[in-house]
Amino acid sequence: MASVAATLVEVKPGSFVFAAAGEWLVTTAAELDRRLRALQMPCEKRVTLDLAGIERLDSAGAWLLLRTEHDLAVRGNAVEIGNLRSNFAPLLEQVRAGGMVVPARHPRPAHHTIVGFLARIGEITLGLIARAYSILAFFGAVCESAGALLLRPRRIRITALVAQMEQTGVNAVPIVGLLSFLIGVVIAYQGADQLRRFGAEIYTVNLLGVGILRELGVLMAAIIIAGRSGSAFTAQIGTMQVNEEIDALRTIGLDPLEVLVLPRVFGLVLTLPMLALWADLVGLFGGCLMSWASLGIAPPQFLQQLQASLYPWTFWIGLIKAPAFAFIIALIGCYEGFQVARSAESVGRLTTLSVVESIFLVIVADAGFSIFFSILQI
Amino acid sequence: MMPNNSAEPIIRVRGLVNRFGAETVHDGVDLDVQRGEIIGVVGGSGSGKSVLLRTIVGLNRPVEGKVEVFGRDVLRMTERQRRQLENRWGVLFQDGALFSSLTVAQNIEVPIKEYYDMPLRLMDEISAVKVNMVGLPEDAGAKYPFQLSGGMRKRAGLARALALDPEIVFLDEPTSGLDPIAAGAFDELIRDLKASLGLTVFLVTHDLDSLFATCDRVAVLVDKKVRVGTLDQLLTDNHPWIQSYFHGPRGRAAQHSEVGVFASRKTRSATAM
Repeated sequence: MASVAATLVEVKPGSFVFAAAGEWLVTTAAELDRRLRALQMPCEKRVTLDLAGIERLDSAGAWLLLRTEHDLAVRGNAVEIGNLRSNFAPLLEQVRAGGMVVPARHPRPAHHTIVGFLARIGEITLGLIARAYSILAFFGAVCESAGALLLRPRRIRITALVAQMEQTGVNAVPIVGLLSFLIGVVIAYQGADQLRRFGAEIYTVNLLGVGILRELGVLMAAIIIAGRSGSAFTAQIGTMQVNEEIDALRTIGLDPLEVLVLPRVFGLVLTLPMLALWADLVGLFGGCLMSWASLGIAPPQFLQQLQASLYPWTFWIGLIKAPAFAFIIALIGCYEGFQVARSAESVGRLTTLSVVESIFLVIVADAGFSIFFSILQI
Repeated sequence: MMPNNSAEPIIRVRGLVNRFGAETVHDGVDLDVQRGEIIGVVGGSGSGKSVLLRTIVGLNRPVEGKVEVFGRDVLRMTERQRRQLENRWGVLFQDGALFSSLTVAQNIEVPIKEYYDMPLRLMDEISAVKVNMVGLPEDAGAKYPFQLSGGMRKRAGLARALALDPEIVFLDEPTSGLDPIAAGAFDELIRDLKASLGLTVFLVTHDLDSLFATCDRVAVLVDKKVRVGTLDQLLTDNHPWIQSYFHGPRGRAAQHSEVGVFASRKTRSATAM
């Protein structure tokens, strides 16, 4: 550590000398700051700042000198600066020209009190209501522009649509397949383990058929796609928002909803049912293999039992939900993308939010479908 | 820090070769920058001005060549040695490159926090000093980058580059996108800071006015190499690109207004007092 000194001595009654020496740099600023704050400052006396000993000075050091001068002056002292080396003068002038600084206060979090806590609950609630309202408005705008587009089908952007279908659908086939296969294996294994106690191993097939076709196939596909494509939609549109690309589209006369949102919504609505079908097939395949391995149910017997256990509607009940889930995921993904403010940090925050929100809404919708189907008694 | 040997260049580039795919950007660039000078780097679009800057600060690894800053080889050093160098220079990127999730004051405090253990209050004071120094209004410290205009973002970026009182600042097109008045004020700011802080400035620019108003020497990137000289020397260089650069309509206008720039600076700084 370089040597620094800052001392205040009363040389004769009513007259002080503040002697600064050494390296007054940003490296030593913390040490100097500590010493300066420890000084007992006189009031209404004469003080000379003797700066002859200063060997090196940077703007942090210059600030500390000026702050000392200011602190002395506000106590009513007559302050004068002496023995400043001429090569330091411009720097001291430059910092002095900025004036006494008022450091920017960092905002303190306000919710440490009960009132603050209540206020925060209120703010969050109002925020949620405003959000729901604005998502609803976005939903309306998307429906309107989708309707307009369907009336003039020639305006549909086939290239963008196909590109989206490839990215969200074809490229997701391996991961959806792998996870569904594993889910099939797990259900078959756990189901067989429990049902064996009743000697009802064969009903593992029923469990698999109903579980995967009605619920798990489509739900797994939807959750994977929400994580994979919903987040991508938010990040893509959000980054475009940061770069003012969305504004550029508007000035060219292109409707961002038509150019960016509709291909994503339509693409996903078309591909998610196919992915759900794929998840159903691979999930059953996994279950079939596991049943064969652990229960000795051969594939022909598995298929026979599967056919006997299913109602005609079971498969369609699962698949019918897919377009609805796809719509929710694409809508939320795009909506959050448009909410991005002009900072990189908000892209990340909203991407996370978009995934959480779309999975939440998908599961809520799934519950809604269950209630609906039970009313219809199918 | 190092003894100040004025003969030793603060930046020394030798035989620099940069290639991206099949395209060669630099083919044997040699450049010396002396301590305390403002060197302007000019060249056509795609001539590798920014690549040269990025290579010197170690963001880009050249195919061949040697880069020394403060007499030390930048390309062959450990992480530890690099960190010691990095608090001795500051970089202003195009458009500031401020961290968008932090306020201006917090942006300035990032390098201070990284290198020094300093009481919060002192750090706030120092960041406010820098805000004043680059000519930003006092309330700018509490603002986020997206709340600032382009010119203010550049000033804030400069304040962050100056946070540790570096010996060299690298400026990448600091006046591009600014209106002529703001650009003139920025030139003036750089000269003032150079005078008061003893900075060495590595200035990449397109702006002819800025070049005439601030630079001691100019390095021109032509034909994948560099030609260095004072403005007077380069004005008489007969390379076709340099000729058309300095003697084209804009070049002539900038030369003639040089006198005017100096005069107006005097009056402006007089009113600022």
